[in-house]
Amino acid sequence: MSFWNDPLKVAADWLEGVFMGWGMNSVLSHVLVAFLGVLLLITVLMVLDIFLVWIERKVVARFQDRLGPNRVGPFGLIQPFADIIKLIIKEDTTPGDADKVVYNLAPILSMMSVLILWAVVPLAPVILGTDLNVGVLYLIAAGAIGTLSIIMAGWASNNKFALIGGFRQVAVMVSFEIPMLTMLMIPTIFSGSMNMNAIIQSQNVWFFIISPLGALIFLIAAIAELGRAPFDLAEGESELVSGFNIEYSGMKFGMFYAGELLHAFTFGGFWAILFFGGYRFFGLEQVSPFLAVLIMILKAMVGYWVIMWVKYTMMRIRIDQMLSFNWKFLTPLAFVLLLVTALMNALLAGAPTWLYVLGMFLANVVTGWIALELARSATRQEREKLEGAKPVVEAHH
Amino acid sequence: MNEWIYVALFIVVGLIIPIGAIAAGFILGPKKPNPIKESTYECGVEPVGEAWIQFKAQYYIFALVFLVFDVEAVFLFPWAVKLGQLGLYAVLEGIVFVTILIVGLVYTWRKGMLEWA
Repeated sequence: MSFWNDPLKVAADWLEGVFMGWGMNSVLSHVLVAFLGVLLLITVLMVLDIFLVWIERKVVARFQDRLGPNRVGPFGLIQPFADIIKLIIKEDTTPGDADKVVYNLAPILSMMSVLILWAVVPLAPVILGTDLNVGVLYLIAAGAIGTLSIIMAGWASNNKFALIGGFRQVAVMVSFEIPMLTMLMIPTIFSGSMNMNAIIQSQNVWFFIISPLGALIFLIAAIAELGRAPFDLAEGESELVSGFNIEYSGMKFGMFYAGELLHAFTFGGFWAILFFGGYRFFGLEQVSPFLAVLIMILKAMVGYWVIMWVKYTMMRIRIDQMLSFNWKFLTPLAFVLLLVTALMNALLAGAPTWLYVLGMFLANVVTGWIALELARSATRQEREKLEGAKPVVEAHH
Repeated sequence: MNEWIYVALFIVVGLIIPIGAIAAGFILGPKKPNPIKESTYECGVEPVGEAWIQFKAQYYIFALVFLVFDVEAVFLFPWAVKLGQLGLYAVLEGIVFVTILIVGLVYTWRKGMLEWA
């Protein structure tokens, strides 16, 4: 076993040897090595997060036909560091009537919830935090803490705008969690496991090709969970000024901001893991774990780019429209798709791979098409009801 | 249980990093509070009353509907994991289970609870 095949294990064994040489017992040195590993991963993530600020600003500038930051350093690369210095030396104002404990805890939890998600992200077959057998459920559980932090921020600020933002976030979370949970079951069905590594290993054909509709529903629900446009009602600046984070300044606001960006990147990563084969790319991942990490990061970036693309092209949706879209369209569709997938999975068991993939793909397309047709006829009826009975147009003779 | 140590470590480090960042801001930033600065923002006018009020019960209904579906997910995940081995019978069981949930959703819908009134 060489460093190139399993760098983490080699490094961990070496460090453990060093620590035991210093007279520590094996349990303590194991935990210490694990702690250093986690610290390394999270530090890398925080550095990445700094550059995500730059990437986000550059990409939005391109979408809006601007140049974006280009003054501080080459291509404006030093800009995020200037932002951080400004955030750190800014005065940290706290509203006098706020619930101080909850108010201060919210930005910390916001960042923490995103960082702990990376415990189950496999960057390579051997480079990962931990190989939980309930990785998919962990994703949901950890993600819920982030939503909690937004509710806490909204409530504790003692500001009416922040409160409405917090309330809206609850409504959005509770609604869009259902289709997201349901769509997480689709990779689970295909791979027969909730373990992230097992899900990636079983994707000889990308799950996106087997279940394109599932990937799409997951993306929509993920964007809603992230609270990004078109679902960014918790911070709708045109009606709520800034929503839940209105009373935050300095580094506390910075934590919300950085947390949101890293969260979006993380969900780009999850999208890649669950539906686009994660670190796998035509066998290249077997060459070296380092190459696998590169592939994983690139795929996560593509997912993140799609989320940004949606954010900067769509306009914000009203809360009642958004909730009825979820409860009356997305949730029933997600459940129907789950049942169709389960049924096809049983019917096509033992079929050759090409037939299985084709059958699943067609089932997805047909389900999506029927759903769209039903939605279209329902909206047509709604519109006719609003406009009043139209005169019947007579056919030409 | 060994792998849950890593989760615990992630939580610990995940708390340390933002606390450190906020503490740095607290130490380096100026601190000159005054009552006007500490008042909550309400678009430039004096804040009226406090914000901890009872607000729109509609959110509560959505939370209730969500609760049913969220609990259901705990039952459906093991079903999804073992679906490959269990065959068609398990699929039919799943259809029955989900149909009961969907009936609940339709009932809520028909009662007009999903309308934003």
